[in-house]
Amino acid sequence: MSSATTTSEVSSVAPPRERAKLLLPAILFLLLALAPLAVTIGMPAGWLALLTRALIFAIAALSLDLILGVGGLVSFGHAAFLGIGAYVTGIMITEGRSEALVILPVILGVCALFGAITGAVCLRTRGVAFIMITLAFGQMVYFLAQALSAYGGDDGLTLYEKSTLLGFNPFANRTSFYYSVLIALAGAYLLVRGFVASRFGRVLRAARENPVRVSVTGFDVTKVRLVAYVISGMLAGLSGFFLANHTEFVSPAFMSWQRSGELIFMAVLGGVGSLHGAIIGAIAYLIAEDALSHLTEHWRVIFGPMIILFVLFTRGGIVGMLRKLGPRHG
Amino acid sequence: MAEPVLILDGVRKSFGALKVTDGVSLAVAPGELHALIGPNGAGKTTLVHQISGMLTPDDGTIRFRGQDVTAFNAEKRARHGLARTFQITSTIASLSALENVALGVQAKASHPLSFFRNAASDERLNRPARAALDAVGLSERAHVPAGSLSHGEKRALEIAMALALEPAAILLDEPLAGVGKEEGERLIALLKSLKGRYAMLLVEHDMEAVFALADTVSVLVYGRVIASGDPAVVRADPAVREAYLGEEGG
Repeated sequence: MSSATTTSEVSSVAPPRERAKLLLPAILFLLLALAPLAVTIGMPAGWLALLTRALIFAIAALSLDLILGVGGLVSFGHAAFLGIGAYVTGIMITEGRSEALVILPVILGVCALFGAITGAVCLRTRGVAFIMITLAFGQMVYFLAQALSAYGGDDGLTLYEKSTLLGFNPFANRTSFYYSVLIALAGAYLLVRGFVASRFGRVLRAARENPVRVSVTGFDVTKVRLVAYVISGMLAGLSGFFLANHTEFVSPAFMSWQRSGELIFMAVLGGVGSLHGAIIGAIAYLIAEDALSHLTEHWRVIFGPMIILFVLFTRGGIVGMLRKLGPRHG
Repeated sequence: MAEPVLILDGVRKSFGALKVTDGVSLAVAPGELHALIGPNGAGKTTLVHQISGMLTPDDGTIRFRGQDVTAFNAEKRARHGLARTFQITSTIASLSALENVALGVQAKASHPLSFFRNAASDERLNRPARAALDAVGLSERAHVPAGSLSHGEKRALEIAMALALEPAAILLDEPLAGVGKEEGERLIALLKSLKGRYAMLLVEHDMEAVFALADTVSVLVYGRVIASGDPAVVRADPAVREAYLGEEGG
């Protein structure tokens, strides 16, 4: 880049690094689209159910990565949104409203409202205080669900039917359910990716690194973060919809703080801030959990240290590792 | 003299018993380069923080472009055209130089927080950003992450970020701090090239630079302005020489 003309030519297209960033997500989604074939060539059918569950959590982990990785806000109450999505689904199905196109707007609305109210409070704080307040709001919803005695209370709520979509039952068949979740995940991924690359996303990213600079540049950092928080919560609510349909059961445990911690683990495991890292992290987490739990009932004793070692020795999670293996440019 | 862009009137700020800003009044006219000098601990940066809205004065008023902005926070003042740089370089390290400047362009755009379109390839942001980079001599470093620029380049980038806001006034908090001789000379030349186009309040320790650039010099000692006016007059002021220049200027 020796002259001004080359500079302007280069910046009108994506720099080489940007194009390289598309490669990994493209491979990832291609593999996910082909995954059901593995069952036809002999993988156990339960494997597809596990992968479906992984993709459901991938939506939640992806939504968390928008505020955690991109925005730099460590929310320890993200499972609340997932739980709200699951409970709205469970309650509406119990009340005879199983149409997804009726349930989903309600979920998105409730999650947006909950996100706006709690976010407006949480975002007045920084650092550890932010973590604690998000945790407190999460626990609040957890205890609220426990108190819902009409809908199972502490024992949870069993669903005797699944949601329908425009009168069809795409969630009843294992393969079409898998693809429904995959389509939702791909849509969420493209949406979030678009957000991150937009003007809004640039301000969010910049504020993670240097909020003072962003505010003296004329942006309301808290407002930008609140919008991201609300969007993130709505997407997590979407994953709750699928989770309820997948397990055919909802319980307060869906929104416990441990579950919020697991979501953070997934995002960190995959590599925060890259978005597809959260998806990879969620899949790796659930597959590892499943594999280890088949080996021994004390699998957590192995799983915990494994994650600690992994986070200690790989910077940037799985995606960071892959990036090191791959070519540096193009 | 034209109506000043920036007027401080009796600005006071205390941290506990310590009066950091003790009734400061000063004015900066359009196109004027007003230097603020003073020994360490005189309260220069604290004053800049109050003017930019990062700190609220305990008393007094700050008027900017004919409006009382004392109650405005930092982002509102920036939107009104008040830009600043920092004593300790403040850029977005992972974003390219171009993106850092485009962030400022974006703040002035009609849809500063649009969700749609890729911001990095948006020519409506990049064209003015490139012009600002060009003005500070960084056009060839446009795609380098700000964190990888040299110290002097970061200083110049901060000035480009300020220019991107199309400001009416720029607060420069020690733009030459920590910069080597060669880069320092380039920065002084840059500030000279901006002179007359923007009202500037320059906090600086480098006396050579101050007297080469300033139209007006104010001397701040223990939170008070002890002298203000033409550089040559201020330089000769015995109180100033005693308080400050004596040891340094010789």
